[in-house]
Amino acid sequence: MNPTVLLSALLATPDSGSQGFDLGKMMAIIIASIFVNNFVLARFLGICPFLGVSKELDSAIGMGAAVIFVMALATLGSWAAYHLLLVPMGLTYLSTIAFILIIASLVQLVEMILQKFSPALYSALGIFLPLITTNCAILGVAVLNIDEKYTLGYSLVNAIAAGIGFTLALILMAGLRQRLELADVPPAMKGKPVAFLVAGIMSIAFLGFAGLGG
Amino acid sequence: MSLLKDLTKGIYRENPVFRLVLGMCPFLAVTTSVENALGMGAAATFVLICSNFLVSLFRNIIPSKVRIPCYIVIIATFVTLVDMVMNAYLPDLHRSLGIFIPLIVVNCIILGRAEGFANRHPVLNSIADAVGMGIGFTLAMVILASFRELLGNGTLLNINVLGSAYQNQPLLIAILAPGAFILLSFILGFFNILEKRKGGRQ
Repeated sequence: MNPTVLLSALLATPDSGSQGFDLGKMMAIIIASIFVNNFVLARFLGICPFLGVSKELDSAIGMGAAVIFVMALATLGSWAAYHLLLVPMGLTYLSTIAFILIIASLVQLVEMILQKFSPALYSALGIFLPLITTNCAILGVAVLNIDEKYTLGYSLVNAIAAGIGFTLALILMAGLRQRLELADVPPAMKGKPVAFLVAGIMSIAFLGFAGLGG
Repeated sequence: MSLLKDLTKGIYRENPVFRLVLGMCPFLAVTTSVENALGMGAAATFVLICSNFLVSLFRNIIPSKVRIPCYIVIIATFVTLVDMVMNAYLPDLHRSLGIFIPLIVVNCIILGRAEGFANRHPVLNSIADAVGMGIGFTLAMVILASFRELLGNGTLLNINVLGSAYQNQPLLIAILAPGAFILLSFILGFFNILEKRKGGRQ
């Protein structure tokens, strides 16, 4: 494909009209994705890693970084596949299958590249990468970006902000759970039940952001 | 006999939600009303039965190195099917379930049953397992959704139960995001007590 055609396809809005760079809209997307519609606490995406990897602060940070990274990559891949391949060919009904395959192969690719070129980063993020394929937050952000008809720029911003929101919730939860270890919890509520209760209280706090921005 | 056992274990003893704590994302997100919960349950059960059937049928053909991608493609195919059928015949339900229909692909219950059961068991047992797990998942969603709809809206299946006086000032938080987490934590705690009682008696 001609590179200039490719470039203009990437920069144009998918719906219609050429929309310039709008800082206000961008800020609204960022605040909405991190706080108001926090992926974990308001949209219920990525609950499994949120509960599974939030026992220690270090692993929470590692998982968060891996998710932000893969979310940005997956958004790039799925956006390009949708607007450059599926829409022109009239195959948009295949988007779910296409996105999950893109995400799965991207995760595999990232794992292989990291292992080869950056063993230090691989040992920090490596164990989290296979888990990410079935993290619904990744597929969720890809589908949401298409549903909202974001341009590539907005999609990327949205993906990174959503990843930051996920990481924020994960780190807060990890901090709280470390304190919970020392707390006197009723035996029936030990483990998962009390974790959900804490998540509920955090979610009430995040409700307070409603009305901010977007 | 083992068929019946495979069928019933998903309903209580190995209930995917309450006992194994799997499939939390759709479980928490769509339980705002019993209607949504039933719709999601039916969709997930259909995908579960079809994917378990195909995975079990092809379990000796699929090379074990690429089995996970194969399962994902099988699951995604049926999810697309459900998505299109629901969009055509139940557009309201499709709208209220929204993004969680394509997300059935990454529901850990479905991939978990394919990997943990269907690839090692004959076709009939795998179907029985899928039916049981599907019923267990649906039942769990209906339980939480009943609490949330009743407390948050005063209705059950859109029928007014608690009266219009309650509906004027319902416990709105039950239907919002925090209500899902808090009610689920109490339900899980209740099941823990139940299990402990049972253990004490034996």
